[in-house]
Amino acid sequence: MSDAKARMIARAAREIAPGMVVNLGIGLPTKVVDHLAAGFPVCLHTENGMTGIGPSLPPDRADRNLIDAGGAYVSPVPGSAYFDSAASFALVRSGRLDLTMLGAFEVSQNGDLANWKIPGKFSPGAGGAIELAQKARRVVVLTTHTDRAGQPKLLQRCTLPLTARGCVARIFTDMAVIDVTPQGFALREIAEGLEPEQVIAATGAPLCLPEGDLPRF
Amino acid sequence: MTTLPDKSAAMEDAVAAIPDGATVMLGGFGVPGTPFALIRELVRQGQKDLTVIKNDANEQGMGVDHLLASGQVRKLITTHIGLNPRAVAMLNAGEIEVEFCAQGILAERVRAGGAGLSGVLTDIGIETELAKGKQVVEVDGRPALLERALRADVALIHADCADPFGNLAYVATARNFNPMMAMAANLVIAEAEKLVPLGGIAPDQVHTSGAFVDRVVELQSVSEEYGVVRR
Repeated sequence: MSDAKARMIARAAREIAPGMVVNLGIGLPTKVVDHLAAGFPVCLHTENGMTGIGPSLPPDRADRNLIDAGGAYVSPVPGSAYFDSAASFALVRSGRLDLTMLGAFEVSQNGDLANWKIPGKFSPGAGGAIELAQKARRVVVLTTHTDRAGQPKLLQRCTLPLTARGCVARIFTDMAVIDVTPQGFALREIAEGLEPEQVIAATGAPLCLPEGDLPRF
Repeated sequence: MTTLPDKSAAMEDAVAAIPDGATVMLGGFGVPGTPFALIRELVRQGQKDLTVIKNDANEQGMGVDHLLASGQVRKLITTHIGLNPRAVAMLNAGEIEVEFCAQGILAERVRAGGAGLSGVLTDIGIETELAKGKQVVEVDGRPALLERALRADVALIHADCADPFGNLAYVATARNFNPMMAMAANLVIAEAEKLVPLGGIAPDQVHTSGAFVDRVVELQSVSEEYGVVRR
């Protein structure tokens, strides 16, 4: 993993406040947990039906009946609970989930999220992403700032089928921390070694800059 | 004192009650809770033209994939098939019909079916392509999609422990869709890793009452399909 990505993940971990119920999506978001201090009070949730997720386990130490929604073998912590998948999504839809961190193909300047389908190329179904995006109290996205071809993933409008409309509050990328505001994307923090002009050039929508210094991460 | 009826059955006889064209619910979310042995027997017996309702399509060479490979599945109602390239290829080639559901809404549709309800009203998926063709109902001034209840001819369930009446207990994340599906079919067949005498599961530890279950099959061994997947 690049140094910039690692710093993005470390920065995103500071988004988690003590006491929260948090769902970390598949991919980069699952790595956020590695940056939480031992003893940090948080309840991690997974869609198949568990609260209180402990560290991932390698195959030789795994329990065959204990996975997260991404299929990774996980462990319980003191106080873990298991329940069925209907109860698991009741927790999501009823507002008990304080924060979810999701990956993205595209995010628009009004907070629309597209992360489940590329027509003609990738149509596996959305799993639990729609409910997480639509119902978590706060939705943040972790993504590279541009796609593999170097094209912006932060856009004026999404071109791909939407997961949910207007759901994203904040985006952590390898270049910046950006908030979705009523005025569009607002640059809040910038990665070490970058200038705002580089972030502006890599973003497919207007970017509001703050007055004064930009914090670095 | 009365006693609770004995529903223990042989695997072959239990699965033989599934006709061609049946709608079949399968428990499981990934590997845990998937009734691999019952699926194997269904593949062996070869019932055709099935509509399968399951959270996912397992992975290639496992569970649902055997039913896809043998051409027994006409339609899949599911939430995510991305870990099974064969399922994706069959969808793209038009060899199976796939109906995608939001994950928690699939759970609720099955739960509604098991609870004798017609459906559920929800704003999940509204203004996305999942809303296409669904009836919109206004509730307190807000639009909601009508998501119809799902029932099946047969549900195949995996439990950790069962008694002869069909009381079931699940472990860890192998519970997932099993409790809802065990209430939502006309014929509920449960396989169990352990079959214990009546009273062997404490009443407070029963997750599914045997009153919902029709047949109980004890697994003679737990095959490697149930094991840890090394990716």
